[in-house]
Amino acid sequence: MLSDALKAKFDKIIARYPLKRSAIVPLLMFAQDEIGYVSDEAIEEIARRVEVRPIEVIEDIGYYSMLHRQPLGKYNIQVCTNVSCLLRGGEEILEHCSKKLGIGHKQTTPDGLFSLEEVECLGACCGAPAMQVNYDFYENLTPQKIDALIEKLRSDGAKKSP
Amino acid sequence: MSEANSKSPFAILDQPTRPDDAGRPGPYPRSPALSPRVNPQGEAVTLTIDGKSVTTAPGTVLIEAARQVGIEIPSYCYYPGLSLQGACRMCVVSIEKMGKLQTACTTIVSNGMVVHTDSDEVKNARKAMLEFLLTNHPLDCPVCDKGGECELQDAVFRYGAAETRFLETKQHEEEKKFSSLVYYDRPRCILCYRCIRVCDEGMDVNAYGIGFRGGLSVIIPNRGEHLECEECGMCIDVCPVGALTSGTYRYKTRPWEMTHVGTICNHCGDGCKTTLAIRNNQILRANNRDHSGFNGEFLCAKGRFGWDFVNSDQRLTAPRIKRNRQLESGSWEEALSTAAARLNEIIAKSGPDSVAVLGSNHTANEENYLLQRFARTILGTNNVDHHRTGDFSSLVGALTAANATDRYATMQDVFEASSILLLGSDPTHEHPLVAYQIRQAVRRHDARLYIVNRAELKLRRQASLYLKVEDEGAAVGALAGTGAASPELGTLRERLSKENDTVVVFGDALRGEQVTGLVRWGLTLPGKSRFVALGDYANSRGAADMGVLPDTLPGYAAVADAAARARFESAWGAEIPAQPGRNARAIFAGIESGEIKALLVFGSNPVRSFGVKPETLRKLEFLFVADLFPTETAEVADVVVPAASFAEKSGTVTNTCGQIQALKRTMRKAGTRSDFEILVALAAQFGANWPYRSSEDVLKEIIAQVRGYAIPLPALLVGGAVVTRPQGNPPPLERADLIFSARDSLFTSGSISRYSWALNSLDEAKKPHGTIF
Amino acid sequence: MSDYENYAKGSPLEVKVISKRFGIPNSASIDVYLQHDGYKALQKALGMKPDDVINEVKNSGLRGRGGAGFNAGMKWSFVPKQSSKPKYVVCNADESEPGTCKDRPLMEYDPHQLIEGILIAGYAIQSQQGFIYIRGEYRYLMEIVDRAIEEAYARGYLGKNILGSGFNFDLCTHTGAGAYECGEETALLNSLEGLRGYPRVKPPFPAVVGLYGGPTIINNVETLSNVPHIILNGAEWYAKLGTPKNGGTRLFCLSGCIARPGVYELPMGFPLRRMIEEVGGGVLGGKKLKGVIPGGSSCPVLTADEIDVAMDYDSVAKAGSMLGSGGVVVLDEDTCMVKVAQRIAKFYAHESCGWCVPCREGTAWLKNLLTRFHSGAGVEDDVDTGLDVALNILGKTLCPLGDAAAMPAISIFKKFRHEFEEHLRLGRCPYEKRTVSVA
Ligand SMILES: Cc1cc2nc3c(=O)[nH]c(=O)nc-3n(C[C@H](O)[C@H](O)[C@H](O)COP(=O)(O)O)c2cc1C
Ligand code: SF4
Ligand code: FES
Repeated sequence: MLSDALKAKFDKIIARYPLKRSAIVPLLMFAQDEIGYVSDEAIEEIARRVEVRPIEVIEDIGYYSMLHRQPLGKYNIQVCTNVSCLLRGGEEILEHCSKKLGIGHKQTTPDGLFSLEEVECLGACCGAPAMQVNYDFYENLTPQKIDALIEKLRSDGAKKSP
Repeated sequence: MSEANSKSPFAILDQPTRPDDAGRPGPYPRSPALSPRVNPQGEAVTLTIDGKSVTTAPGTVLIEAARQVGIEIPSYCYYPGLSLQGACRMCVVSIEKMGKLQTACTTIVSNGMVVHTDSDEVKNARKAMLEFLLTNHPLDCPVCDKGGECELQDAVFRYGAAETRFLETKQHEEEKKFSSLVYYDRPRCILCYRCIRVCDEGMDVNAYGIGFRGGLSVIIPNRGEHLECEECGMCIDVCPVGALTSGTYRYKTRPWEMTHVGTICNHCGDGCKTTLAIRNNQILRANNRDHSGFNGEFLCAKGRFGWDFVNSDQRLTAPRIKRNRQLESGSWEEALSTAAARLNEIIAKSGPDSVAVLGSNHTANEENYLLQRFARTILGTNNVDHHRTGDFSSLVGALTAANATDRYATMQDVFEASSILLLGSDPTHEHPLVAYQIRQAVRRHDARLYIVNRAELKLRRQASLYLKVEDEGAAVGALAGTGAASPELGTLRERLSKENDTVVVFGDALRGEQVTGLVRWGLTLPGKSRFVALGDYANSRGAADMGVLPDTLPGYAAVADAAARARFESAWGAEIPAQPGRNARAIFAGIESGEIKALLVFGSNPVRSFGVKPETLRKLEFLFVADLFPTETAEVADVVVPAASFAEKSGTVTNTCGQIQALKRTMRKAGTRSDFEILVALAAQFGANWPYRSSEDVLKEIIAQVRGYAIPLPALLVGGAVVTRPQGNPPPLERADLIFSARDSLFTSGSISRYSWALNSLDEAKKPHGTIF
Repeated sequence: MSDYENYAKGSPLEVKVISKRFGIPNSASIDVYLQHDGYKALQKALGMKPDDVINEVKNSGLRGRGGAGFNAGMKWSFVPKQSSKPKYVVCNADESEPGTCKDRPLMEYDPHQLIEGILIAGYAIQSQQGFIYIRGEYRYLMEIVDRAIEEAYARGYLGKNILGSGFNFDLCTHTGAGAYECGEETALLNSLEGLRGYPRVKPPFPAVVGLYGGPTIINNVETLSNVPHIILNGAEWYAKLGTPKNGGTRLFCLSGCIARPGVYELPMGFPLRRMIEEVGGGVLGGKKLKGVIPGGSSCPVLTADEIDVAMDYDSVAKAGSMLGSGGVVVLDEDTCMVKVAQRIAKFYAHESCGWCVPCREGTAWLKNLLTRFHSGAGVEDDVDTGLDVALNILGKTLCPLGDAAAMPAISIFKKFRHEFEEHLRLGRCPYEKRTVSVA
């Protein structure tokens, strides 16, 4: 079930556009932020609200790489390996995360806490190597920084999730 | 639509918001109306293509301009009538003064343009595109279902790109079954997006989308792994390669092993042209690939797949005669002589009006013509009728009275209309082609669609104005000024008064006086308004036109009109009873009451269509049935003869718009006879020596005798559709319940569709009518 | 959240126009903005005729900072004066070109400068609504911009009858969701209409038929951020900051093997060699330079011998590359060019929208070929095949993404052929992996 707050947000966003269907991607993003992925229910609900057929929403989900049909880890670690980061060890950062978490690209830890993704340029080239955890940027990374961060997230995550 | 609105009997529901981008050529299939607007009124444009001077209408795309002078530019994503994509890049040409190669499918012609379509640069670019397309495409033409008619294979043949430099692993994916009729093979798919567009822009179903992106892009159906759609199969038809294949045809044969015959589909009343492909006396496929009919490439599920009833093993192949209360096989000779003997007996005993005849709305005009002649002159009764599914008589009567028989609208008129008023019908289910033409008119010609209907309907998505009413007849009365008009109807009337040349399309909800009122009012609208009455089945219109009616002779000449009678009497050399006969309802009542003692039924199943109880029919002293299948009616008959299907005979049919077209015999079914042959033989049993050797002889008589049917025969024989303009004085409709649509769905057409494997295999067909769309 | 120090370590060579408020505490708030000339340009513009605003921008020589470098005022002048459909201003904040991270500080530290620029653009073309299309990953920036928009509404800089002028304008942000192609202007419009981000056939150009079919101008964040300064200080002043036809300054993002990576505002035409050596402090670790990508990953690579070039659109084009989006990526002597080519090819294959054949199939082919090659499984024909594949993409795609994928590949195949041969000879990559070099 989508929360009332989310539904209210939907209404507000849809109202901004001259054409309702313009809101599809923002609505998908916000639904995903709440549910953790794009559920069937979210698809139906969004299609209904913006007056399109569900297939059109499904097409969008397939196109945009930030939209997921499956739950990800609580912390989605997205490591950039594009040129600027590559030149500063981005691939090694990815490898380090992978070893540390025991998962590969687009995989999730069994406890559901972390997932890992190799991503394209994050727009943090001057702070390379860089990554994002969910929407938060981490830059000028080193293996030590990663270790500390993962430890912190692990204890945060353990605290917050019952 | 608010809750309150939906409950109101007169709720105006305006067009839902949609992308407003008329005329924008863009690659995305979801937006309507993306084709360039050719403007034939504007000043012509002259350009040079490969040294040839071409003059064409402004707005024309280069690829079409080239075609006009016989220069074929290869293309995959371009498809006439669908939105422009610029995706396959096969159509690149070089245009002087432009740096890069340009796509001919998206470039609009301009004066003085100099184009080269065959330079080395262009050829190399095309070869490169083919090489790209083949990187992930299997190189196994010999085992591909499309082999021999594949547009990719053809181009590789022409430009040569067969040798491969591609060393990487090909992306593999298993073939998917989208439905029992549609299979998808991703590796063969070249992503031309034709299927998506034909489903979206043509059908307004949107059953297809694109999944993922980039090299992983894939065509996806709308319900998980499956399609839920109208199953028209247009996607298969437009697919240039072997990616979408037909569940009924795939891997059965090779295109060059079949013979192709153009004929007319036998399901609904729209009269789509279809090319049947035959091998070994079996139909293997139907499509309209040469686009020769007014349906273009369009065929619905019934037209494309539902012909398989012809091949059904439940077809009757020998006459059956009741002996000791049991139907047993017999010879044709015995069946016909028995029928003649029993009928003679009954007529001798109880008079000719104790016999009645029920005609068909699937059989040919010639057969209908002979059937009523048989009833009137050989049996001597006007007790002849059929299941009337639309009120053609009232339309003809009203137009004749107004001296406006030039106002019959054709199927093309619907397509080209700028304004359409639709009343009391849901063409999406009952008239798929009419629905298609309406959608195209809206999409391609910016037509305004006005709907007055009691039920929700899918075409509402195209409507400028949708008026939900409780009774279309009352609404027409109000529009025409004889009843109380609601403000909503006032709005409609006002909008229509600003339109020109409105095409009025009405269904069985309007009958008798209501039709007369509608026509009278419709003729007062600005410009040349025209009319279409909708009736089900391939030849409902023809049955009425040919006088399979108790009160009118062929061409809607009233039976009571002595002059008309005299005209036919002299043609037939026999007398016609002067009293109008019993209509279908009166015939069934007569059977109940014992006044009707014998009934002949040709190609009709009244147990189903009229809901006549088999016990009622058992009261008859004699029941004769000619049919393809052992229907509920045939089961209680005394003599049943096996009839030929539309694919097994020649003749003509008249569609719901009054356009006559030829049926062509494509095959034979052993043991069966056409209704033409049956009637001629039966007449002979009564000692009549009819002068017809073929149905063409009958057609010539129809052309000579039936008002409005004076059509040029050659036009018909080369496969044309010729509009008829009947003119007559039919008496008023006796009772409203004589006219009723069968409410067929996209997957049914009366009894015959029950014998189609293809139609019955569909999940959609199993869902209750109206729950999908 | 980026920390400012990383992006603007600062250099005495900088000429600060659009970055002048960076570093001021609370610079994103409307109060601080107003204290520093905020919305003065808008006030001035509203007193001018819309056409004069367009001319001012045209004459300033401001060229689009999104990549193509089209004269901004010229683009605006293509918008028809009369239109039956609403006109729109769209700000392209999709910043996804590898090597580019300049729109980020502009939105983070000076969102009102952007809003003011959009307002002036909207007034110039007589539009009443604008959208800022922000890439999905920049969620925190969207929140900052949203807050700024709210402030602007509250103070009457957005909404109805702005500053009593009778001019109405609505503005909101729109989030992307991870698609580089949506930075291409027509793909962006489709995306903004809720469709997959497929580009549209041009012509018609967006200035004539754009968002929802209405005339639309699309400009990059940096382009629009310059507009208030041009209006306030005049076209002439702005033009003089740069070189002929290349007015003003621009933000350069120095990244890769460079001692002091960061975003620096330098005048147009600033020499590339000085940018690397003086502004960026030279190649990281004092190593030798191998090459430079001068304007984001879609530009042909310049070799170490080719860097004596003035960084303006025309000069870099003359040198065989492009100024692009201002992402200057420095490659040192230890950089494997095959790997660089492979990584760039991988990016474009991932980001190809898949609409048109040469890009969809060609980028995947290039990626697979280069990946196989770099892993040691290359064959001799690969270099020619790869080059040919890239050349077959070039100029034949629907949108410029195909070219963006082809151009760096072509330059590397041609200029660094010896490195491919070296791989073949050894049967492996001759370069070490990178150690993470930042402490
Ligand atoms: C594949 C592709 C990606 C692009 N991405 C961006 C981008 O992320 N941000 C941007 O401002 N422009 C981008 N552009 C350029 C835009 O298409 C367009 O030229 C620009 O937004 C116009 O604004 P400007 O004239 O102010 O530069 C991209 C172009 C292409 C072909
Ligand atoms: S070049 Fe073609 S496939 Fe590539 S991004 Fe542009 S339209 Fe899409
Ligand atoms: S037909 Fe022109 S690009 Fe496909």
